[in-house]
Amino acid sequence: MKKILTFTLNGEKTEVICEPNRSLLDLLRDDLGLTGTKKGCEEAECGACTVLLDGRPVNSCATLAVECEGHDVVTIEGIARNGELHPIQKQFIEKWAFQCGYCTPGMIMSAKALLDHNPHPTETEIREAIEGNLCRCTGYAKIVEAIAAAAAEMNWEAENA
Amino acid sequence: MVLPKFDYLTPATLEEASNLLVELGAGAKVMAGGTDIIPPMRDKVLKADYLIDIKGIPGLDYIEYDEKTGLKIGALTKLYDIQTSEIVRKYNPAVAKAAKYVASTQIRHKGTMVGNICNASPSCDTGPILVAMNAKVTVHGPEKDREIPMGEFFKGVKRNALQPGEIVTGIVIPPLGEGEHAAYIKHAVRKAMDLAIVGVAAWVKMDGNVCVDARICLGAVAITPVRAPSAEKVLIGKELTPEVLAEAGVAAMADCKPISDVRASAEYRHDMVRVFTKRAVRKALEGYKEDLT
Ligand code: FES
Ligand code: FES
Repeated sequence: MKKILTFTLNGEKTEVICEPNRSLLDLLRDDLGLTGTKKGCEEAECGACTVLLDGRPVNSCATLAVECEGHDVVTIEGIARNGELHPIQKQFIEKWAFQCGYCTPGMIMSAKALLDHNPHPTETEIREAIEGNLCRCTGYAKIVEAIAAAAAEMNWEAENA
Repeated sequence: MVLPKFDYLTPATLEEASNLLVELGAGAKVMAGGTDIIPPMRDKVLKADYLIDIKGIPGLDYIEYDEKTGLKIGALTKLYDIQTSEIVRKYNPAVAKAAKYVASTQIRHKGTMVGNICNASPSCDTGPILVAMNAKVTVHGPEKDREIPMGEFFKGVKRNALQPGEIVTGIVIPPLGEGEHAAYIKHAVRKAMDLAIVGVAAWVKMDGNVCVDARICLGAVAITPVRAPSAEKVLIGKELTPEVLAEAGVAAMADCKPISDVRASAEYRHDMVRVFTKRAVRKALEGYKEDLT
């Protein structure tokens, strides 16, 4: 049975009609055209589909769209600020933290969840935050570097604001 | 791939949820985080005509501790919240560590400990420590509520002791008393997103250097997490010297029935039971310090 679903998506109230068997991932990509969130395994293994649900990083392939009723979803499309890339996005470019880029949106969302709650992560904490995100081409060193650089940039901004 | 069709129900109370389960019968499945439900449904290894999402039921997301009953964890409490809880880390760090061993950060942000045990996978990471701690699950039933000791909860691969209409509401883990120590360690190829080759939980009660009581539980080496009575017998009444620990490891090999699969051969698992039983007891005695992040 189709349901009317109301939730906040990237800061905006969103209303859609969907079947219970629609994953959040398919809703985002196929119904709403937000293709920044990637589909890798659909098994909750690769992390390419990571989005924030009430600020927590989750696999959108293992989340039903209907579970989001009344909740808050943020995707990679929703993290730029005033038309400017988020510091994590900037640092991924700056540090060459991607090659094909398929894992990147998921990586960035996991990194954002980390930095939102822990502005001064250790390297271990960064690595643990992206433990559920697989990268098959870049390797993790540059990604970890980019996240550490983003943390430093955000902290600098916060202190000098 | 599209998920098979099902109806999605969101009861507001335990009574309603349990009535739905009774009414709808075997085609209805309870879901909380859904991380052990949605992928297997997509793969058609799990069938459900109805998913009963209990996340809207109030009062099931909690972590509490009191000296008498111990640690109480709600059915909707997420693994990530258990792993990072100051209360859990203080009063039973092995439980925090076991929660952290499950899958990935993303899954722990959605999945619950209760879901992890209800799913009853042989390699379930939180089962062994709960069995070794003699924890109990609290259950809401259509007629009456009850408690099930963890030692009786697992009934087979993906089978638990719940009766039709019953829903687990939480877990109660007895406190670690004077001289009591616990640990859970896992052997896997990767640190994240990997199932255990072997997981061993140990609980020991010490009087000075002498072990006066012990419970060992082995994961991933039988159809359910299993106690290792032969190893426990070796430990009880003895000083826990390296020789005694080694002997307990050897004894534990007789207590499991591992299979060969893509992760490891049965022979290898057998041998790792020996090694990890020894290490789990040692870890319990050592305790947890910085390795809990
Ligand atoms: S697509 Fe969701 S984890 Fe791979
Ligand atoms: S950049 Fe290609 S998978 Fe990570």
